[in-house]
Amino acid sequence: MLQVSIYRYNPETDQKPWMQDFQFDTEGKDLMVLDVLEQLKAQDSSVTYRRSCREGVCGSDGVNINGKNGLACITPLSATVKNNKLVIRPLPGLPVIRDLVVDMSLFYAQYEKIQPYLQNDTPAPAIERLQSPEDRAKLDGLYECILCACCSSSCPSFWWNPDRFVGPAGLLQAYRFLADSRDTATDERLSRLDDPFSVFRCHGIQNCVNVCPKGLNPTRAIGHIRTMLLTRAT
Amino acid sequence: MVTAVTSFGRSGTSDWLVQRVSGVILLVYFVFLAWVVLAGVDYASWKALFGQTWVKVFSLMALLSLAAHSWIGLWSVVTDYLTERMMGTTGNVLRISAQLVIALVLFVYVVWGVQILWGY
Repeated sequence: MLQVSIYRYNPETDQKPWMQDFQFDTEGKDLMVLDVLEQLKAQDSSVTYRRSCREGVCGSDGVNINGKNGLACITPLSATVKNNKLVIRPLPGLPVIRDLVVDMSLFYAQYEKIQPYLQNDTPAPAIERLQSPEDRAKLDGLYECILCACCSSSCPSFWWNPDRFVGPAGLLQAYRFLADSRDTATDERLSRLDDPFSVFRCHGIQNCVNVCPKGLNPTRAIGHIRTMLLTRAT
Repeated sequence: MVTAVTSFGRSGTSDWLVQRVSGVILLVYFVFLAWVVLAGVDYASWKALFGQTWVKVFSLMALLSLAAHSWIGLWSVVTDYLTERMMGTTGNVLRISAQLVIALVLFVYVVWGVQILWGY
């Protein structure tokens, strides 16, 4: 039997968070963590979490699994369970709304700050803005982000300054638009990032790289932003 | 854009660059000192070494680097842990007090260091 421990907190009835223990029979199958949650919810319908696509595309079910952030739907038990124990907690550093559901407002506010949309002040062409295959290739490893918040909520710099440090997810997207050949707002974008907090609170801890369920590398993107800022200012 | 008037150069890029350059200067200086000490020193050779202008200039450069490096590093630490977000108004009082103490100590070190280097 798998020992499952789930973080429970209902602000309306609980004084403080507590851990609920379950015995779970996997029947020898290598289930995904989300399958375990779904079956436990069938036992106790008050267990609350977000989920949607169940295949690692929507980014809804980011949780802390045995101490490491990840998507419950694409994390197999074999990859995370040691000593027959599975501990599931909400993403760290964000306010808990209930059980495994966190308030992502701070995370989205940082995403909004980097203006995550194409800006181009030249007249629109008749059909579409063309991009060479080489320029398009620069966006690989950037556009795949699904905003699950696993990276930002594992970053100590983001824990201490979620209102001032953009965080790995936001910065990966910031670079996605800085690197886009069709975007003409590069200079304005860089000006908004040139303070001691937005980019430079990154101390290269690389928890973001370690946890990203899509295998992306925010630290490298942050390095590119730093180089752009430095090149522009020296 | 986040406003910060107590950071070393007001700009993240400038602080980052100063932190890296001063780090390199400090590394070279301490390797130099370690090399001198390990090679064996007595009062006479130490005084002769620091009697040379280039050693004084190099030492002052390291001292100024130390002050800048410490300010940028400790400023990052206090703005991480001693904040309004972490502990309410107490955080602001503690942070500003800590910054004053750090600034005072670094200023004294620089002036005192100049006196030591050129005063004897």
